[in-house]
Amino acid sequence: MRQLLIRRLLQTIPLLIFVSIVCFAMIKLAPGDPVLSFVTPNMHAEDIERIRHNLGLDKPAYIQYFLWIKEAVTGNLGYSLVNHQPVTEQILDRLPATAGLMGAALALAVLLAIPLGLLAGANRGRWIDKLVNLVAYVGISVPLFWLAILLIYYFSIHLHWLPSMGMRTIGVNSAFDVLKHGIMPCVVLAFSFLAVYVRYIRSSTIGQLREDYVQIQYAYGSTKRIVLMRHVLKHVLLPIITLLGMSMGELVAGAIVTETVFSWPGIGSLGMTAVRGMDYPVIMGITLFSSIMLILGNLAADLLYGVADPRINSKR
Amino acid sequence: MNRSKWRSVAEELRSSAFGIAGIVILILFTVAAALAFLSPHDPNALNAIERLKPPSGAHWFGTDDYGRDYFTRALYGGRVSLTVGFASMILATGIGVVVGVASGYFGGWIDNLLMRLVEVVMSIPSFLILLLLSVFLKPSVGNLIIIISLLMWMNIARIVRAETMSLKEREYVLYARASGQGTFGIVRRHILPNLMPVVIVGATNNIASAIMMESSLSFLGFGVQAPNATWGSMLNNAQGLIAQAPYLAVFPGLFILLTVLSFNVLGDILRVGFEPKLVKR
Repeated sequence: MRQLLIRRLLQTIPLLIFVSIVCFAMIKLAPGDPVLSFVTPNMHAEDIERIRHNLGLDKPAYIQYFLWIKEAVTGNLGYSLVNHQPVTEQILDRLPATAGLMGAALALAVLLAIPLGLLAGANRGRWIDKLVNLVAYVGISVPLFWLAILLIYYFSIHLHWLPSMGMRTIGVNSAFDVLKHGIMPCVVLAFSFLAVYVRYIRSSTIGQLREDYVQIQYAYGSTKRIVLMRHVLKHVLLPIITLLGMSMGELVAGAIVTETVFSWPGIGSLGMTAVRGMDYPVIMGITLFSSIMLILGNLAADLLYGVADPRINSKR
Repeated sequence: MNRSKWRSVAEELRSSAFGIAGIVILILFTVAAALAFLSPHDPNALNAIERLKPPSGAHWFGTDDYGRDYFTRALYGGRVSLTVGFASMILATGIGVVVGVASGYFGGWIDNLLMRLVEVVMSIPSFLILLLLSVFLKPSVGNLIIIISLLMWMNIARIVRAETMSLKEREYVLYARASGQGTFGIVRRHILPNLMPVVIVGATNNIASAIMMESSLSFLGFGVQAPNATWGSMLNNAQGLIAQAPYLAVFPGLFILLTVLSFNVLGDILRVGFEPKLVKR
């Protein structure tokens, strides 16, 4: 276990360095001069040069990279070109909204996917399997923004049940209000996760049901329900760990479209605003943040998988 | 790639109602998009009197807020979406196969280098890069195709690499090498043909994700620019008019769903057809 941990950590470090270089290069190659956002019409040429010097933009690119990475490691990702607020602060400000939305969506997806996947796998080829399959196919194929628009039309405009945008009603400060705002974005995101999870759970249920231990259980007189709940379920939960780990990377990027449609004040819509306003430090910060989440998520999934199933460690 | 594999695909297809529906839908959409010029309406012609008319005999899908015929715009929009999907698939598959074969066949430092590259690209959330690149480059159909392919080749590269590594140890490849055939000849004659099943399956799934990426990008306003329509940008417009004209949101979304769904279903059918033992458990 420890050996695996060390090896995976060692693999992760160069990956992180490369990703940071790519993030940095992408912003460096971007068109436009960041100094211009600080320039006002009555400035002199010396003033502009001084700003450039203060920002470190007169140094060669590799020195700029080291300066940037030195600051980034201590948690300083620079300042927004648009509102001059610290980038780290802005990301942390938005993190709870995104993490809450994603957490709720993932939980909903897993809770629905487990029974549906088990049922479909256990009744292979029957109508329930076909129905679940159809739902899963639609889930991986439906454009989420379209689903969002349809929900907004039906529940906000037609029935007036739910608010169509934002996270809170202005002046109202209650958990119920946030919940009401969050239902639709949560359902939209959960649907896309659900589709992926159901397909995994279904196929691993089918695989488990052919294992010898299942036959033995039947021979001892277990019913199908007991076999499913007591034995198959345990094995089926395993791939979910991996899937959840991989979903960490989706934390930011996966919610961009959904957050934008519902004007949910999370990191995704912060990124959208930054891209529209060419706010490079914010873009760079979000890209780096979500890449790190993705890498760490994959790492966590790998390690947890090893803990949950010791057979895997001995194979590597 | 032998005939029996295609026969098993055909068999798999015939037994699946979804699969047949998928093929019919894709043929229908492709023909409709190709024949879009037959429509009596100009997709970009403004008509202030005919604004926001609901569907009728004259305008099958109604008209949008500029009085443009929505059916014609959906046809032209499909043209862009399908073109971007197919072209990105071909480019991405091309890159993926070259990288995968080079990596799997030569191994060593080439393999190490290429696979680290794949890992780095896969470690950055692709939709974020997609947004960034489409801001840097001017959004045109050509640029969109390049950007989307640059984010899609990694999966194919990985699958092809694994497949190549096992193929190059087969006896007929060893024999070909022993009999003095050049590397290029071996790859062309013995490796590539046997890669076809995995490549075709990967490519089919890639079209689906390319169309989805293009739609999302256009929906956010970073794809093909107005006045040209794509299904995604039509939905962007429809969102603002959802209270007055909900019918505008129905068709473009339905078309994206049906297209992507069909490619996903066909991808699965091809996979089962090519590898019946592996998948059919």
